[in-house]
Amino acid sequence: MQTKRMTFSGKWLPYALLAPQVIITLIFFIWPSFQALRQSVYRQGDAFGIRPDTFVWFDNFKALFADPLYLNSLKVTFVFSVGTTLLSMSVALLFAVMVNRMIRSRDSYTTFLVWPYAIAPAIAGVLWWFIFNPSIGIMPYMLDMVGYDWNHRRDGNDAMIMVIIASAWRQISYNFLFFLAGLQSIPHSLIEAAAIDGASRFKRFWTIVFPLLSPITFFLLVINIVYAMFDTFGVIHATTEGGPAQATNILVYKVYRDGFVNLNFGSSAAQSVVLMGIVIVLTVIQFRYIERRVNY
Amino acid sequence: MVENNRWGNFFAHVVLILGVAIIVFPVYVAIIASTHPPGTFVRGVMPLWPGTHAWENYTTAITEGRSRAGTPPIGGMLWNSFIMAMAITIGKLSISILSAFAIVYFRFPFRILFFWIIFLTLMLPVEVRIVPTFQVVADFGMLNSFAGLSIPLIASATATFLFRQFFMTVPEELMEAARVDGAGPMKFFKDILLPLSVTNIAALFVIMFIYGWNQYLWPLLITTDPEYYTIVMGIQRMVTGGDSEPLWHLVMATVVLAALPPVLVILFMQRLFVKGLTETEK
Amino acid sequence: MATITMDNLCKVYTGGVQAVTGVNLDIADGEMIVLVGPSGCGKSTLLRMVAGLETITDGTLKIGERVVNALEPAERDIAMVFQNYALYPHMTVFNNLAYGLKNRGFKKAEIDRRVREAAQMLEIGQFLDRKPRQLSGGQRQRVAMGRALVREPAAFLFDEPLSNLDAKLRVQMRVEIRQLQRRLGTTSLYVTHDQLEAMTMADRLVVLNGGVIEQVGTPMDLYSHPETTFVAGFIGSPAMNMLPADFLRAKVAAEELAHLPAKADLIGIRPEDFSTAPPGEGDLVLSGQLLLLEPAGAESHLHMRFEGFDKNVVVRLSHVPAAEEGQDLTFSVRRAALHPFDLESGQRVA
Repeated sequence: MQTKRMTFSGKWLPYALLAPQVIITLIFFIWPSFQALRQSVYRQGDAFGIRPDTFVWFDNFKALFADPLYLNSLKVTFVFSVGTTLLSMSVALLFAVMVNRMIRSRDSYTTFLVWPYAIAPAIAGVLWWFIFNPSIGIMPYMLDMVGYDWNHRRDGNDAMIMVIIASAWRQISYNFLFFLAGLQSIPHSLIEAAAIDGASRFKRFWTIVFPLLSPITFFLLVINIVYAMFDTFGVIHATTEGGPAQATNILVYKVYRDGFVNLNFGSSAAQSVVLMGIVIVLTVIQFRYIERRVNY
Repeated sequence: MVENNRWGNFFAHVVLILGVAIIVFPVYVAIIASTHPPGTFVRGVMPLWPGTHAWENYTTAITEGRSRAGTPPIGGMLWNSFIMAMAITIGKLSISILSAFAIVYFRFPFRILFFWIIFLTLMLPVEVRIVPTFQVVADFGMLNSFAGLSIPLIASATATFLFRQFFMTVPEELMEAARVDGAGPMKFFKDILLPLSVTNIAALFVIMFIYGWNQYLWPLLITTDPEYYTIVMGIQRMVTGGDSEPLWHLVMATVVLAALPPVLVILFMQRLFVKGLTETEK
Repeated sequence: MATITMDNLCKVYTGGVQAVTGVNLDIADGEMIVLVGPSGCGKSTLLRMVAGLETITDGTLKIGERVVNALEPAERDIAMVFQNYALYPHMTVFNNLAYGLKNRGFKKAEIDRRVREAAQMLEIGQFLDRKPRQLSGGQRQRVAMGRALVREPAAFLFDEPLSNLDAKLRVQMRVEIRQLQRRLGTTSLYVTHDQLEAMTMADRLVVLNGGVIEQVGTPMDLYSHPETTFVAGFIGSPAMNMLPADFLRAKVAAEELAHLPAKADLIGIRPEDFSTAPPGEGDLVLSGQLLLLEPAGAESHLHMRFEGFDKNVVVRLSHVPAAEEGQDLTFSVRRAALHPFDLESGQRVA
């Protein structure tokens, strides 16, 4: 970890400068996480202290992974994350490639495509929920004309598709900006060289452009999975509330329900620890990748 | 050969215009819905052309909301969101720039340890430690307060890293020249480093403001008093409060008002927004 | 105005790298000392130790009568011109010049007077309201000078101040800095890796190599009497030719080298000491084949190959000879122009 070649001297000043950040981190990040770790290996006593907390080793985790509801939630989360990531990234890449061709209209298109990022996931959820509303929504109305009976209140697949679209919609802006930046950083001479080598436009994209975009694609993959897993709580909570019949009950929503509504602290803590593990793995992947990109 | 051909361009424009239409559609529908009287949403299909009740719906939303169902008028919620977003933004920026300054411009025992403590915040989003964090905030008596809404969220590894990265690119000689010119650490920070960081601060401000404004889970957890509801979480109360179908005209007016501030921020500060976004994630 | 006294200065970096070792140097009041050497020789480190930007591991540094080892840069009464100028990019030229004075609590009127005086001296008066990025490289260089000037310090420290300028501007600024320094009579320490710049600007030159002083002296001292093979090779361009004594002995009559001590096993001859004039009494005569002729207008460089020596020997003539490449040429060298060295120690032996 570098500093400047020459540094200021000061015994207490650097600590004073760091204090606010570190104190807040310790109190509101590290300590609660430690508590979650602790609670995950205890069974909660009652509120009156008659039956104290008991240390139960990994019982909470065993119970968790034996619980069909939790296993279902894992599966749902997987489908939801992959769906959201693929949908938003592929649409964004398409837009980025098209916008990158433009010269005069590039900025205007960009403006039209970036603003959904400003919209909170919960609001994005409500917007699409309205569009897909089974009784008055425009989408069910149009689907009905082709013979599909849309109802996300009853049909789990319909609900899943809706929350994926809502979550992906907002994230397209983000992916679009990164893909566009990536495309613009590809030296034009490379494309010209490929053209001289006789590669068709289509071939140039798949053999030159796409491979050169792969670092950004990989980076976005991680970012989007993190987004889908952790930042989409609002989408679910404001619309399907995990239903129908657990069909959209993603992990983050479940940990909230079990902790706050069902007051099952041991299980909720164990779920927190599992989520922590997932974030840590994803963060490590992301940062190893950044280290590599520095040399790239 | 490498230049674009005309048909390709035409095709690209078609794709993009369709794409923009799809991207804009949900918000268009929301704006339209917010201009119709409640009766429009009882049966049939949602309207696609503007109605006549815009003024009425928006004034109702801002001053009354769905008071009967227990949600406050959204005027107050907008204000709460603004306070929370500003507190989070300013808090994050100030503690991060100070931390980065300490980490880059000083050498002291446990420097690396502190760096890792800050780094850990990246790995511990609120979502993975919901219950215990709530308990800590409750123990501090910070439920239903602006302090509770903002302070636990202002630790920021991303902002600290961005400032650190920027400070590393500030030429060494600038600090040396300032020392020869008789400036101590805080004077250097105030006179040289802070003015040089203005663009970065502005870019981060845009990102952080959007982040703060769009907070959902956190206000949901720690506010039970409608006095402190924020607009983004308030919408959920409007949608699910009560058994009947949501009052779509009011919900959509609220949605438009809730989305407007961050959207305006992005549109008017697009350049800073793009810079902030692409640099914080590097 | 002040003297600078370095007594056995040493710098060891954490990690054990020895950057400067046992430097002793007395700089007289008003003197212009140039530190010169290849990159990594410790010249910048030494300058930064004087500035207070690097801590001094060992030894004593005095500016005037004051021991300044433990003082902050700002307390040493020095001013510094940085290689990249280190101008504050967000401040106007005026504020760049004024910043150090403001920090020292000068009165506004006094600041104003000094800044305008310095600006006039450096002909940057019309730029005072501009930001550094609106200036050309040469103008920025002047602002950096101005920032040092307004302080009226005991000593100026220059850290390769001209290396970011193009060749033409470099020559011009070299002259200006020298004139300014003479006029103000401020003690100056100047670091450069450019030996021509060093030669032309210095009252005295200090050649550093591997953190150790090789030789101190006036430019002409060092040129005509280099004490080590390193100095001999570093000062002068094209560099001095180094010929093994054995090779010379085989080429010329024994008595022509008899005056040299026995230990002299390496003989240096400057390119310009070869002459096409007929040899005089006691001159060495050397002939070889012309490999490459580099005409440079007023002078020419001839790359020669002498039989029995496997490196090119460079000859500098003040005219362009009418010779073909591949042709044999004969030169004479005056006996006094030989620089005898001991190969093993690298020291001059006579």
